Amino acid sequence: MKNQKCKGMQDLLPEDMLRFRRIEDVFRACCRSWGYREVRTPTLEYLHLFTATGTLTPSMLSKVYSFLDWDGWSGERVVLRPDGTIPVARLYTDNLSGQELARLFYVTNIFAFEGTGKENRERWQCGAEFFGGAKLAPDVEIILLAEEVIRRLGLSHVGLQLSHAGLVKALLKDLNLTPGEEAKMTNRLLEGNWQALTRAKSADPEIDRLIAALLDLKGKSSSFLHNVRASFPKASQDFKSSLEDLINVTTVLDNLGCSYKIDIAAIHGFEYYTGVCFQFLAAGEKIGGGGRYDNLVPLMNGEDIPACGFALYMDPVMQLLPLDKEKRGESEILVKGKELTPEIVKTCFTVAESLRDAGHTAELDFTGRKESNYRWVVMVAGKETSPFTLTDCVQKRPRYIGASTAEILKVVSEG
Amino acid sequence: MKDYQAGYIKLALPKGRFLSPTASLLAEIDLGFQDYNDKTKQYRLRSARFPGLSAKILQEKDISIQVAVGNYDLGICGLDWIEEFLVKYPAGALVKISSLNYGEGSIHVVASAEAGIANLDELSDGRNDYRIVSEYPNLAEAFALNLRMRRFRIFPVWGAAEAYPPENADLAVLWGKSGAAIATQGLIPLKRLLPVTAFLIANRESLENKDLSQVLMCFSSKLTADLPAKAWQAGPQTSIENEFDSSGELKGPRPLWQAKEINLALPDGHQQAPTSQFLKRAGLALQGYSEEVVSRRPSADLDWLGIKVIRPQDMPLQVANANFDLAITGEDWLREHLYRFPSSPVKKLFALGFGAVKIVAAVSQEMPVADIDELRSLVQSSPDVIGAPLKVASEYIDIADRYLRDNHVNPYKLIPTWGASEAFLPEDADMLIDNVQTGKTLEQHKLKIIDVLFRSSACLIANKGSLASSDKKEKMEFLTQKLRAGLE
Repeated sequence: MKNQKCKGMQDLLPEDMLRFRRIEDVFRACCRSWGYREVRTPTLEYLHLFTATGTLTPSMLSKVYSFLDWDGWSGERVVLRPDGTIPVARLYTDNLSGQELARLFYVTNIFAFEGTGKENRERWQCGAEFFGGAKLAPDVEIILLAEEVIRRLGLSHVGLQLSHAGLVKALLKDLNLTPGEEAKMTNRLLEGNWQALTRAKSADPEIDRLIAALLDLKGKSSSFLHNVRASFPKASQDFKSSLEDLINVTTVLDNLGCSYKIDIAAIHGFEYYTGVCFQFLAAGEKIGGGGRYDNLVPLMNGEDIPACGFALYMDPVMQLLPLDKEKRGESEILVKGKELTPEIVKTCFTVAESLRDAGHTAELDFTGRKESNYRWVVMVAGKETSPFTLTDCVQKRPRYIGASTAEILKVVSEG
Repeated sequence: MKDYQAGYIKLALPKGRFLSPTASLLAEIDLGFQDYNDKTKQYRLRSARFPGLSAKILQEKDISIQVAVGNYDLGICGLDWIEEFLVKYPAGALVKISSLNYGEGSIHVVASAEAGIANLDELSDGRNDYRIVSEYPNLAEAFALNLRMRRFRIFPVWGAAEAYPPENADLAVLWGKSGAAIATQGLIPLKRLLPVTAFLIANRESLENKDLSQVLMCFSSKLTADLPAKAWQAGPQTSIENEFDSSGELKGPRPLWQAKEINLALPDGHQQAPTSQFLKRAGLALQGYSEEVVSRRPSADLDWLGIKVIRPQDMPLQVANANFDLAITGEDWLREHLYRFPSSPVKKLFALGFGAVKIVAAVSQEMPVADIDELRSLVQSSPDVIGAPLKVASEYIDIADRYLRDNHVNPYKLIPTWGASEAFLPEDADMLIDNVQTGKTLEQHKLKIIDVLFRSSACLIANKGSLASSDKKEKMEFLTQKLRAGLE
C-alpha cells in the first residue's frame, strides 16, 4: 500500500529545512543578543489550561486536538499545544515567577484543526515573551526585536500595523451590548469581521462616529492619535487611557525612525491581549504578531505580572525567504570509490575523515551516478601507486593526478 | 469506490424510535420497501419499485457516520445524532436535506434540582470543575466551550444519563420529551439545545455527482411543503434556547437523595433479570429492581448502601472515578476499559457465573479464511480481495484494536458500532468483533466465527481506593461476602 501523509500535516524537505533553520538561527541569534533565554514547553498540556484562562475563543477551542490520555479515566482531557504563548506563561508561572523580569523565547509547533485539510494543521512559530517590567519600554522592545528579526532575514516590503486591545474593549463597552451580544461581537472581531462593529449601532452617535473613523483611517504617526484625541473629547475614560498608551509607544517608535500604520483591526485571533497589539504583513499575509497580555499570568493563579510578546509564523515566512545558491548546503567535496572493494572503501573513508577534520564537507559515493554541484571530486581507484584523482568541478577537468591526501587537503583549502 | 454510472442508490434506515413513523412515510411516498416494519428480522431491503435502490436498517447513531463516509447515499435519522456528528466534523461530507417533520422532544442541558445551579452564568463564572454526562459527548463539549466554562470534564455514557446527577455528575445533556417531563425526574432543564426530529441526510459527494433525483422526488412532497427554509443545511445547527424562564414552574418531585457510605451500580437491559435473581440468591433484598418495576434508584434494607441502575458499559469508568465503590458489569466491559486506561483504579473481585458470552471475531462465510492467521495472510498477500485496509466493525473498540495489533493484521480500520455489528457485514465491514451467546445470529447472517478472543461473564468490580479506605473497608467486605454467597 502507498504510504500517505496524514491530512493537514506537512513534510519539510531539505530545501524547506534550510529555510526553516535559517529562520530559527536568525531568530535565536537576535533573541540572545537582546538577553532572551530559550525555553521549550511540552507538546501535551491539559485542556483546562486553555479553557480556564478564558483566553481562546470557543471557535479556536473547538479546533484543538484534545483527547483522553492513557490515564485519562478521570475525564481530564489533554491537548496538542494549540498556542505558543499560554504554555510559556504557564512555564513562567510554574517555575520562574520568583524572577521580577523574565525574557524568554521559543521555537515550537502548534496544532489546530483546519476543515479542508488543504491548510496546515501543524504550524511552526518562533516567539518571544517578556514577563514583568513596566509598560512602554517592553512594548517597544518586543516590536523592535521582531523588526530586527524580519530585517536580518532579508524580508522586504513588510508592513507593521499597530492597534490596542484596550481601545477595542472600550468601544465594545460603549456599545452597551448585553453580555451575550458582547461575547458574540468579540468572537466576530477576533475572527476578523470588523465590519460587525459598524453595524452595531450604539445609542450615542458620537460612538458610531468614532468607530467609523477608526475603521476608516489608518494613521502613520503618533500625530494621528493626537488628532483622534482632539476630535473625540467625549470618548470614555477607558478609551482615553488606552489611547494615551498607544500614543506613548508610537511616539518612541517615531523617534527611533520605525515606520508603521495604525489599524485598529490589527489584532490577531487571541483574546488575551490587553494593551498595544501589532502584526506584520508581507505580500498580503500575516507573518507575525503580538502584543501585551497583562491578565494571563494572574488568570493562571500566578502573581499580578504584566507581560507582552510576539510570534513569527514560520510557514508564511518560509515561503517568502530568499535563499542564495551558495547557502543551499550541497556538499563541497565528493569522495568517490571507483570500485566497491574493501581496500577502496577503507581509503575513501580515511580521505573523507581527513577532509572533514580539516573543516570541509565530504560526501561519499560508491555508485556510478553522475556527480553534480560539487566543488571537487576525489576519485579513489584500486591498488595503483597513485590512487587519487582530484577533479576541479569549476574548471571541469581533472587537474591533479596521483595526489596524496596531504596534497588534496592543500589544494582544496587553497580553493 | 463509488459507481456513479450504475444508478445504484443506497439508503440507510433507522431502527428503534423512528422505525414506525419512517415506515409509514416510506409507505406513503411509495419507495417500495414493504418489509421495513416493526416485525422485520432482516437488515437488508430491496425496493420493489426502483430496481437500483436498496436499503439497510442500522442503529440511528451509526447512520450519520455511515452516510458521511459514503457507504450510503441517503439516510434518515434524528437531528440529535446528526448534530452530534456535525458539531465535531462540520466540514464533513454530511448534508442535511430536510426535516421530515416527525419526532418528539429535544436535547436539553439539565442539572439536578439538588445541585443548586440557578443559571447558566454561574457555570461560566465559577471556578468549579463541572462533570457533564451525556450520550452526546460532542454536543456536551460544544455546549461547555460555547458557554466558556472554565473547567469541565465530559463523561460519555451509553445511556441512563438522567440517573447521574447530582451525586455522579453536575450536568447532563440528554433527550427529554419536554421541560415538564424532565422535571418529573427531579431535574431542572437549563437549556434546550435542539429539537429531535427525523431528517433526510445525504452524502455530499453522492449529492454532487450521482443522480438521486428519482428517490428525492418521492420525498419532495414531504420536504418542500413544510420547511423550505431549512432545506440543504450543511453546517451544524447551533441555535440554543435558554429554558430558564420556564424552569421556575417546573418543580417535579425531587428524588430523595442523601449521601451513602457505599455506592453500588447495577445493570439495566439484558443483565438486569439475571442480576436481580443473583441478588435474591445472595439474600440482598431490593425494592425497585424486580423484573416488573425498575427504578433508577432501587433501595436496599441496608441504610448505608446507595444503589443506582445504569448501563453495564459505563460502569468501569464510573467506578474508576469513585462515583461507585462496587458495580456488577461484564468482564468484557471491564477489559475494554482497562485496555483504554491501563492505570485505572478498577479491580475485578470475582465472576458471578451468569451472563456468559464469547467475544469472537467473525467474517462472511464467503471469505476464504478459517482462522486469524489465514486472514492475516489474505490481507497481506491479496489486499485487493478485501479492499485493504481491512474494515472491522465492533462495539469493543479497544479490545478490537489490541486484538488486531497483537495478531499483526495490517492495515486495518475500525468502525465503532453500537451493537448489532453483524448488520455491517459484508458490504460495510469485512470482519466483526462482538459478543455471542450461541452464535446462531451470526449463522443466520451467513457469518462464521474465525476466533474466540475470550469468554466473559458478569463480575463484581470495585474501586481500588474504596477497597483500601479505612472508612469503607468493613462495609465493602460485608457486602462482597454477602454477594459471594449468591454464587451457585
